[in-house]
Amino acid sequence: MNLELNVNGEPRPLDVDPWRRLLDVLREDLGLTGSKEGCGEGECGACSVLLDGEPVNSCLLPVGAVEGRAVRTVEDLASADALHPVQRALVDLAGTQCGICTPGIAVTAAWILETHPEADRAQVRTLLAGNLCRCTGYQLVVDAVMAALEAQR
Amino acid sequence: MSSTQSVGRSIPRVDGEEKVTGRARYVDDLTRPGLWWGATARSVAPHAILKRIVLPDPLPADVVVVTAADIPGLNGIQLLTADQVALVPEGGRIRHPHEAVALVAAPDARTAKRVAAAIELELEPLPAVFDFDAALRGDVVVHQNPDAAPNVYSDLTFGRGDVDAALAECDLVLEGTYTTASQEQMYIEPQGMLAEWKDGTCYVTGSLQCPYYVHKSLVALLDLPPEQVVVDQAVTGGGFGGKEEYPSMIAAHAALLARRAGRPVKLIYDRSEDLRATPKRHPSRVKHRMGFKRDGTLVAVDVDVLLDGGAYTTLSPVVLSRGVLHAPGPYRAEHVRVRGRAVATNHPPQGAFRGFGAPQTTFPYERQMQKAALQLGIDPWVLRRQNRLREGDTTATGQVLRWSVGSTEVLDKAEEVLASPPPHRSTHTQLPADPSALRRGRGVAFYFHGAGFTGRGEERLKGTLTLALCADGVYEIRSTSTDIGQGTLTTFAQIAADVLEVEASAIRFAPRSTAVAPDSGPTVASRTCMIMGAVVDQAALELRTALAIYGREVGLEDPDDLAAAAAHHAQAKGELARTCTYHSPEGISFDDTKYEGDAYPAYGWAVCVVDVAVDLDTFEVAVERCVHVIDVGKAIHPLIVKGQIEGGTLQALGWALWEQVTYADDGRVLNDRMTNCIIPTSLEAPELETHLVEVPYPHGPFGAKGVGEIPMDGPAAAVANAIEDALGIPIDQVPVTPEVLARLWTSRPPEDTTRYERRA
Repeated sequence: MNLELNVNGEPRPLDVDPWRRLLDVLREDLGLTGSKEGCGEGECGACSVLLDGEPVNSCLLPVGAVEGRAVRTVEDLASADALHPVQRALVDLAGTQCGICTPGIAVTAAWILETHPEADRAQVRTLLAGNLCRCTGYQLVVDAVMAALEAQR
Repeated sequence: MSSTQSVGRSIPRVDGEEKVTGRARYVDDLTRPGLWWGATARSVAPHAILKRIVLPDPLPADVVVVTAADIPGLNGIQLLTADQVALVPEGGRIRHPHEAVALVAAPDARTAKRVAAAIELELEPLPAVFDFDAALRGDVVVHQNPDAAPNVYSDLTFGRGDVDAALAECDLVLEGTYTTASQEQMYIEPQGMLAEWKDGTCYVTGSLQCPYYVHKSLVALLDLPPEQVVVDQAVTGGGFGGKEEYPSMIAAHAALLARRAGRPVKLIYDRSEDLRATPKRHPSRVKHRMGFKRDGTLVAVDVDVLLDGGAYTTLSPVVLSRGVLHAPGPYRAEHVRVRGRAVATNHPPQGAFRGFGAPQTTFPYERQMQKAALQLGIDPWVLRRQNRLREGDTTATGQVLRWSVGSTEVLDKAEEVLASPPPHRSTHTQLPADPSALRRGRGVAFYFHGAGFTGRGEERLKGTLTLALCADGVYEIRSTSTDIGQGTLTTFAQIAADVLEVEASAIRFAPRSTAVAPDSGPTVASRTCMIMGAVVDQAALELRTALAIYGREVGLEDPDDLAAAAAHHAQAKGELARTCTYHSPEGISFDDTKYEGDAYPAYGWAVCVVDVAVDLDTFEVAVERCVHVIDVGKAIHPLIVKGQIEGGTLQALGWALWEQVTYADDGRVLNDRMTNCIIPTSLEAPELETHLVEVPYPHGPFGAKGVGEIPMDGPAAAVANAIEDALGIPIDQVPVTPEVLARLWTSRPPEDTTRYERRA
């Protein structure tokens, strides 16, 4: 079936089974392997992308459901010459370890910066609760997101 | 000689940018022309003779199937022994319900999985065994070592003094039985491997901790000379011990499929398969006796440890070894007797997980110390201080602690930290507003963890790496010490950079591949920074010395200008490399048979303090404060060290309160999804207060000693002690789920509520 996706601001016409998971289409058909699969059932958030600006688990979405809607992946966060501020903070404050959850966390955190500029630590913890991390205990991740929030205030 | 430009500073991780941008390539991100996908058919019975494997008829075109008959060499995964088969052969014995029997490869993953699921097995069922007592009775024999009791992988005893006589004279003898559940590592990247063959050589790339473990296993299984097997680590999404051993199994499967298919094959586990098949933390049952004088002096310790090893040996004897060595705790005692047994059952095999046996034996002794403090009427901090091991003291194995004993410093620091309010308050919105439904308590745990391999292990491993000035003028580290998130690359770069007077970002790393890097030993046991980091330091010093001599030989204007000497050498002579091997410090000795001597070259020392709030309506336990103070020797990169401790702390809080792998009556893993095999989110996680104490280890790089595992050991006891403080009932098992706590609370005998004095 012919679908036209809008991924990272660009039209991406595809001939795909509309029931395939958005995650698989991103990774296999579009080569966007930054989104990861940790569980395949919406628990871990490693596959987080923004759909019309809101974070979703791309492992739970059939690609047919996103036609005509804007998909933004981790690959679109950094510009050609600079990391997104929250990516910079995650690097500088050691908020990434093994890194497999980090793309999803970066996507969610970028959304927090845009939509919850006044968030405090407790709110950041609530908003990040859909992104599991097994390495950090979340402390340095929350520190990094708070640092990025404070820098933009 | 070394400057300290980088060491001690939290520089940006060398792999940070590729990870935050999604550019880092994990095994599932790799592809190859003509790649096929693999899938695994598994047993369904816990214990049976496999009579026949029945393939779907007809098999779809474009599908290959591999069974044990296709293995060219040894059908066994090489660890301590090779008793675990790669694939159960027809006529062979299935020993656990998730054992691999056949493999399928197809052009797409869905077809491979469908065909694997359609493979049927003709089985002759055998009785199975799942609990310690039945296994030790030997009614059903899963494993039999020569000259040993049935179902016992390993039986260790050590100690000193006369425990029975000493206990008879003690004023207080405490006896308790403590149980801990299995726990899943739950690295967020499931396991996987990609294999391909070129000109008779097998190349395997994947998610793994120990390239040379995989290499050794493949060489035997494929019956190839070592140079015709190449194992390469892809960027690895966490391990925590879980990718120490099982990658050898998946690599074997992927290699066999690629060989049969004549094309590259990728074998990626989904979460359910990973949860069912791969090894986890050993469930334990520990009987612990401690004898005290009235004044609080600990006189005697008597411990009996049981670990459920599951259906194959894997690493159980060494997990047990570490467990029993930690069982007496960081305390002086004249009389010690420790026995431990690793037991075979028809559960899937258990294996390595951060802490490696020590968490299971730390929980009992710190519960015992807490009970002793209450019964003796001595402040728990005072009792721990009174009996703590100090520099110059002798441990239960007769080891005299000569250096880097931060036992006093961590206790002092923890008390200092607790005197001030936390920098951030943990918020738990699910707690009831009504204070009458809440009970609050505080618990402490004081503990230690041996860093590096046990005893003479490092002498046997001979961890080796190469540091080279390459012909292009760049320094390069060639090592198979892997970065699985814990920061090996950054830490090594910092050590080398400071000796060689360059920026850490200027140090390059060769692939963690058996083709280009020597065997640095496994990336386990809190050994990588302390042991192999010391080898980086040594190789850098040797290179530096060689360049200084070279600078004088060629008559450089400033013979001490290292950069000029390096540039000159690279241009005029090309590469200059130094390969160094680890040797234990002078005077370290350990008797592996008697368990006497220096069990570990150094110990980390730690205090964990936990404040809990217990909801008496739901029996949920919220951690409101968690202070962790750890003596790390020297933090090469303070934020990486902090991150290691905090990750380990939350895993330990998870083990204490929420996490467990549950098994069905037939031994299957019941909770084989992230939905029901849960780990903490950022909401349950408290604000973690981590404080580093640095009592240098003279033989570690810049004074560093191991830190990876220690945070896993203590928090469970601190949580249980805190719940006891809150409710006045003993907590002798983990995890303390709401179901467990509700049962303990509602069934508490009346005297139990008064036996323990409640503190405000």
